[in-house]
Amino acid sequence: MFAPLKQITSETLVLPQENIDTDQIIPARFLTTTSREGLGKVAFYDWRYDDAGQPLSDSPLKDEKVAGRAILVAGANFGCGSSREHAPWALYDFGIRVVISSEIADIFSSNALKNGLLPLCVEKDIHDYLLANPGLRVHVDLETMTLTAGNHTLSFEVEPFARQCLLQGRDTLGVLLTHTDDIAAFEAARE
Amino acid sequence: MASPTSLFDKLWQRHLVIAETDNRPGVLYIDLHLIHEVTSPQAFSVLEERGLPVRRPDLTLATLDHSVPTLPAGADGALPYATPAAANQVRTLIENCATHGIELLDLGDPRRGIVHVVGPELGVTQPGKTIVCGDSHTSTHGAFGALAFGIGTTEVGHVLATQCVFQRKPRTMRIMLENTLAPGVTAKDMALYIIREIGADGGQGFAIEFAGPAVEALSMEARMTLCNMSIEAGARFGMVAPDETTFDWLAGRPYCPIGADWDGALADWRTLKTDPGALIDRDITIDAALIEPMVTYGVSPDAAASVKGIIPPQDDGAHAYMKTQADQPIGTLKVDRVFVGSCTNSRLTDLREAAAILKDQKVKAGITMLVVPGSEAIRKAAEAEGLDRIFTEAGAQWRLPGCSMCIAMNGDQGEPGDLVVSTSNRNFVGRQGKDVRTVLASPATAAASAIAGHVADPRDFPTAAVL
Ligand code: SF4
Repeated sequence: MFAPLKQITSETLVLPQENIDTDQIIPARFLTTTSREGLGKVAFYDWRYDDAGQPLSDSPLKDEKVAGRAILVAGANFGCGSSREHAPWALYDFGIRVVISSEIADIFSSNALKNGLLPLCVEKDIHDYLLANPGLRVHVDLETMTLTAGNHTLSFEVEPFARQCLLQGRDTLGVLLTHTDDIAAFEAARE
Repeated sequence: MASPTSLFDKLWQRHLVIAETDNRPGVLYIDLHLIHEVTSPQAFSVLEERGLPVRRPDLTLATLDHSVPTLPAGADGALPYATPAAANQVRTLIENCATHGIELLDLGDPRRGIVHVVGPELGVTQPGKTIVCGDSHTSTHGAFGALAFGIGTTEVGHVLATQCVFQRKPRTMRIMLENTLAPGVTAKDMALYIIREIGADGGQGFAIEFAGPAVEALSMEARMTLCNMSIEAGARFGMVAPDETTFDWLAGRPYCPIGADWDGALADWRTLKTDPGALIDRDITIDAALIEPMVTYGVSPDAAASVKGIIPPQDDGAHAYMKTQADQPIGTLKVDRVFVGSCTNSRLTDLREAAAILKDQKVKAGITMLVVPGSEAIRKAAEAEGLDRIFTEAGAQWRLPGCSMCIAMNGDQGEPGDLVVSTSNRNFVGRQGKDVRTVLASPATAAASAIAGHVADPRDFPTAAVL
């Protein structure tokens, strides 16, 4: 379950690297969990901690740098790699509600939308602007589908069904369950 | 007459419970749901929270592969799990399957193995089926003309509860592979070549059908390798139209129909192909004769080149991570470890390919080589042929089935800085252990590199002629 997402204003957290894959977001060795809670602790673990588990002094994700930041701006092709849903769970638990990039991997996007996290693909010029201005105050409004950053305002699109679910904080299983009769009829027709 | 239709569209239409609209993705019915220990526990929890049963346990099959050790139990009878959490994850799946009446290929079951290896092996994977699994390499099953795709854990819950997923229809791409592969060149090389050509995101939003004479000539194992790697080009679906090679391979497998049912199935399966003139959103043609043994040199699967080639300029991060320079010959990359395994290349033909090179040879001193069969059945067949002895006599380790170093979550992994020549599917930063550098390759190239101590061309080894 996740909180509804209507509007959000936050300073950005910027990770300019391209191809940040889901192994970076949550390394495989943490996938042995059987729960989806508390994964923020291991989000970007290898970017934050050394082999001994001590915080890295030069990490772009030091606690004081990320506190209160709910909008992540990342380099192109964010979320590529393994389809692990642990990645959006970890980001959400890490406090992120919106991920902005010029390109975001398919499976990651669809997993994110199911878990209260809004993936936003933007044009290269605005992406470059956001990358060049870490900590910029950005406003994302899912109701009007607009993003405001500095004196730029742009509109974006979100798959309508996913948008409704995000706005209402509702997961899709409930909707699917309303189709039980159709599913039963489909099964019966195939017998 | 019906208008010409693509293979993908035929399968899509057949499984649509509710068509998509602008506001709602379609509801797609799933014929086979494969589950494993890593991406299922949270899905079962959701069912439990809501008091929902599993709708079709009979269409669900579970295996244990990702977290299981590939070393045997110790003197105390306990399996050497990497962490208590891994053992707990395995136990959780065993319990969930028992609670919900789902068939499980449990530890000790002679049919157990990697999910994308055992599905086809048992014949549960069949042409025309919709198949999902919480693992991106589910496209492997598309080799049989199935509509197979990876899903996330939320959707695993959806399928458990409703046997359906919400899905928007992707666009279609057809990659025609003309001519034939040169001797000593394999499906893995073909896959890496294609990914290099279209890019790691070139297939994003598409379902890919691989076709043409070079694909028709491939064995089922080779087609699985090819479809397995579709996701590394960004495509969730990869498929090959079923043909006589497919039917011969499936005939007699435990979960395949028999007698009149088999004949009926065959009659239907023969219709599963793209009609001439069908609309395909993007057509690509590749000359298979130009493909050489390929390896990756960077941290994305499209950073691939001929094993005889040089490393082209790439971004500084990739060079720094891989400890390479532009213009460095790929053959100068020194090898620390070699891994033959994963759902990409752990089938009997793959093991034979590696063994042909390693026979009467030695893995270079200082290199650790793991050979991990994809399933118990493959392990037994390989041992019956003596492949295990070829590996162990060469100095490699012969392990028990599992995902092992493909995802490195069972304790099988490299040491920081190691360069691993790996027959798996992903060379991402840290995929095979922290700071481990992965070079993706075919089993033949992996074996050749193990002997040479550097990334090596299998065609330089005389025994490669048998390939
Ligand atoms: S071998 Fe690798 S890609 Fe295949 S199922 Fe296991 S972890 Fe996934």
